Amino acid sequence: MNSAPSVVRFANVTRRFARGAGGVQKINFGVAKGEFVFLTGPSGAGKSTILKLARLEERPDAGEVRVAGTSSLKATRVDVAKLRRKIGIVFQDFRLLEDRTAFDNVAFALEVTGAPTAGIGARVQKALERVGLTSKLQAFPGELSGGEQQRVAIARALVNDPLVVLADEPTGNLDERATKAVFQLLREINAGGTAVLMATHDLNLVRASGYRTLELNKGALAYDSAEAAPADLVEPGS
Amino acid sequence: MRLALREVWTAFRRSPGLSVLSIVMIAFSLFAFGLFGLVAWNIRGALERAEERVELRAYVVEGTGTEAIGAAIGDIRAFPEVARVDYVSPQQALDRARADLAEFKDVWEPEFLPASLEVRLKPGNRDPATVEGVARRLQGYPFVDDVRFGQEWVRKFAIVRNAVTWAGALLGAAFALVSIVLVGATIRMTVLSRAREIAIMRLVGATDGFIRLPFLIDGLLKGVLGGLLALALTWLAPLLVQNVIETAFFPAWLAWSGVAAGALLGLVGAALSVGRQLRRV
Repeated sequence: MNSAPSVVRFANVTRRFARGAGGVQKINFGVAKGEFVFLTGPSGAGKSTILKLARLEERPDAGEVRVAGTSSLKATRVDVAKLRRKIGIVFQDFRLLEDRTAFDNVAFALEVTGAPTAGIGARVQKALERVGLTSKLQAFPGELSGGEQQRVAIARALVNDPLVVLADEPTGNLDERATKAVFQLLREINAGGTAVLMATHDLNLVRASGYRTLELNKGALAYDSAEAAPADLVEPGS
Repeated sequence: MRLALREVWTAFRRSPGLSVLSIVMIAFSLFAFGLFGLVAWNIRGALERAEERVELRAYVVEGTGTEAIGAAIGDIRAFPEVARVDYVSPQQALDRARADLAEFKDVWEPEFLPASLEVRLKPGNRDPATVEGVARRLQGYPFVDDVRFGQEWVRKFAIVRNAVTWAGALLGAAFALVSIVLVGATIRMTVLSRAREIAIMRLVGATDGFIRLPFLIDGLLKGVLGGLLALALTWLAPLLVQNVIETAFFPAWLAWSGVAAGALLGLVGAALSVGRQLRRV
């Protein structure tokens, strides 16, 4: 395990849902600064819940989530907004604004934070350059491929220089080539010092990377590669 | 603020049809209320004019000295309910009667009709109990022979006025409620159409205040535009019936209050709707 201070820390976290599925129990783990961590497990194991808890979209019923210095126990709605300026969030379904260009989608993440207008253009340009989309600045999401849309979403997540990127199945909607490109991009971002916590079903990706893996099963943390000897990961859907 | 205004413009450009539909729905909700208000306003005016006819006539015993009558007029004017007291001499009474009634055309004796005191009451003092109280006090003057005030008419008028006031208040409340619900639903529809955008704004770190502002401006603008359209329609509607019935329009302050009410409805509707949506993200 990385010895750097944690940017994400789950301490005895439990979250239950009325319908049962997706809840998590007594989760303990940390993601250190600059670390890349995979979150795996079958559907309904609680991967998305962990990420929702990490971005404080959900609050634990018990325990504490601490992300980039913000505690789930004390954070107000304003604190949550401020936290999300320090983290990057990427989804399987991209969540781009369809009526805005790639440039405007990324700029939007800066504008909502009240960033000085003068510097926005250059920062957006730089973020889109980083994901290799300088030729598509004025394209609308509908004019881009799935991989390109995901790269716009990653540029949006990066534009605020986040401490950690929370990625929920970012390659789930992509073909193999786009999956490799997006994963490579996340690796490069991580190499720049940004921690990444990525939920995925793609075990090939996980095995090939050698990154730390947390495996969830029925809402519990079943395996942490940093603490246990490598074992066979549970196949998705099993 | 600049960004909020840009967001309002972006939302309008993205779905101009929905924006126009919202404004039209707000306008028609307020128009329905405005039409009701106009009818109520005209009925109120008619009732006020009818109520002004409430007067008491104290007939003076023949031969009463002018000093006694003058002193009594001073007294009566000091009654808190009384607006005006006029002495009507027998000659004036006859002149009026000859002008108004054909059967008096051939009457020439000036003493044919008795002198009287015509007493008009202040607005708000024309209910049966007050009128009867003033009549009793007039009857107390020794030179007053009889006091007439159309007792039955005053009583029936009071019943009609009360019924109209209550019906107006109830119907007005119902119309206002329907307007509020319709305007609220319209604004809610606009907010729901942008639910995804709200969620994304929140995810990238926008505060509730930042997200709320464009919606408040949007609601306010739609309320004002809907209010102005409703005002124009309410102003035009009476023109359609002007050959049949004479109607009065609202005074300016009331008309603009209607537009302000539209603006307030838009603003409050937007605040509630977006607040509800924000609690979900």
